[in-house]
Amino acid sequence: MTLLHKKRNQLKIVSVMLVLTSFFLLLTSFRKELTADELLKKVKAKMDKVNDYVATGKMKTDVVFIKAPIANIKSYYKKPNRFAIKRDGGVSLLPKGGVSVNVSSLLLTEDYTAIDAGKTTLGTTAVRIIKLLPLSEKSDVVLTTMYVDEANLLIRKASTTTKENGTFDMEMQFGKYAEWGLPDKVLFSFNTKDYKLPKGITLEYDDGSKKPELPKNKKGKVEITYSSYVINKGVSDAMLK
Amino acid sequence: MWSLLKIELFKVFKRPRTYIAFIAVWAIVSLIQLAIYVDGPKYMDFVLRDVKDSFDVIGNPLNGYFVCFVILQTLLIHVPLLVALVSADMIAGEANMGTLRLLISKPVSRTKLLMSKFLASAIYAIILLIWIAILGLFLSMAIFGTDGLMNAKSYEIIILNGNDIFWRYLCAFGFAALALITVSSLGFFFSIFAENSLGPIVATMSVIIVFTILTTLDIPLFQNVKDFFFTSHMIGWKGFFEMKVDADGYAIPGTIRNLPAVLRSAGILLLHIIVFTGSAIYIFNRKDVLS
Repeated sequence: MTLLHKKRNQLKIVSVMLVLTSFFLLLTSFRKELTADELLKKVKAKMDKVNDYVATGKMKTDVVFIKAPIANIKSYYKKPNRFAIKRDGGVSLLPKGGVSVNVSSLLLTEDYTAIDAGKTTLGTTAVRIIKLLPLSEKSDVVLTTMYVDEANLLIRKASTTTKENGTFDMEMQFGKYAEWGLPDKVLFSFNTKDYKLPKGITLEYDDGSKKPELPKNKKGKVEITYSSYVINKGVSDAMLK
Repeated sequence: MWSLLKIELFKVFKRPRTYIAFIAVWAIVSLIQLAIYVDGPKYMDFVLRDVKDSFDVIGNPLNGYFVCFVILQTLLIHVPLLVALVSADMIAGEANMGTLRLLISKPVSRTKLLMSKFLASAIYAIILLIWIAILGLFLSMAIFGTDGLMNAKSYEIIILNGNDIFWRYLCAFGFAALALITVSSLGFFFSIFAENSLGPIVATMSVIIVFTILTTLDIPLFQNVKDFFFTSHMIGWKGFFEMKVDADGYAIPGTIRNLPAVLRSAGILLLHIIVFTGSAIYIFNRKDVLS
């Protein structure tokens, strides 16, 4: 009897251990870190909930040789990659390849290799660094580095290096529309070239004030603060023209 | 005085040469509008040649306000020459026809006579400017629509909101009227010295051409003295298309960057008008008129 009891007890211990081990293995399998591709797919899936939107906001242009007032703008987006910014009652100069790239378009193609480049923090938010290398040699983009908030599945920052238009950074702050993956504020930074026109063409009025010394190689910035989004209510082609 | 002015205005608008300017303005404005309508994007590419590779333009930059800006920029250098055709003929024309002596023998003071002639030439300049406004601004707004204005300077681009432009044009045309009356007074001044109108017309044109060339030449020697040329101040209307910026560098709508400088230029032009017209009246009052 005693031997039988002992064997039963041993079996119980073994079975409990097996259950615990399998439970532990199950837990660890759930906690297993997503690969860069898996994470981007999840982010994209979240963004794919948005078919179209009309966003209203204000745009500030900070480029040394552009003197522009703060503009009221409307952004229009339609899946998969149609995006337009329109200004209420005015014209604007926007960096090429910068503002026209919205968050969704960063993940538009699957024609890239995603490389996990570690972790860091942006402010107080822990983010994963993922580098995207385009596979097509014809792509203007050389490299995109994304800082992805894994907990909320949001792209907090993207830095894109292009062949033709230099490097531009895009930082995003999220708030009311985070569940859709849409930012409340977007800050673009980009390289600017020098601007100059001959005075003989401009026939300039000299008001006697000293011409300001414009800093060279200063990065240009465009900041868009969105106040509201109208999501998935339809965007016509006319709006995107 | 009013009767004298009416007579002088009648004389001005009776002459066929008066209408040359109106036809010339119509032709120039139409050609500029046609050129921008057909080839506007190329012109815009030229203006934005340093930034077109790195920036996209949103909105409609080739709108009526921009077209009017180009027209004013072009015309306000050449219209003074057309104004001189009339103002430089005011006294010299009478002398040439042999009617000046008869005119001053009437029981009207020479000062009143000259003032009426000067006012008639000034009114002609203003009417010509209104013609430019109708064709250059209002017709362009009708053809090209309205939007914001990109004012491309040599070292910066100023972007004005669409609802912040029309009042600037009203101010600019007011300033341009002052500039044209300055030219008118110069032609009028030269007019009292000649027996035919060709001399004062050419003299007025020469002064404007030489001063304008010296104003636009970017040579330090002339840069230091250009403040003394009235032609430098004639383009003061452009000052209305510049805005103040806040501490962060953003332009503030509804403001003028350097209003005191624009008002100073206006004051200098007004001073020229007073000096040229006053001198003309002073000299003519003491002149022995033989023709």
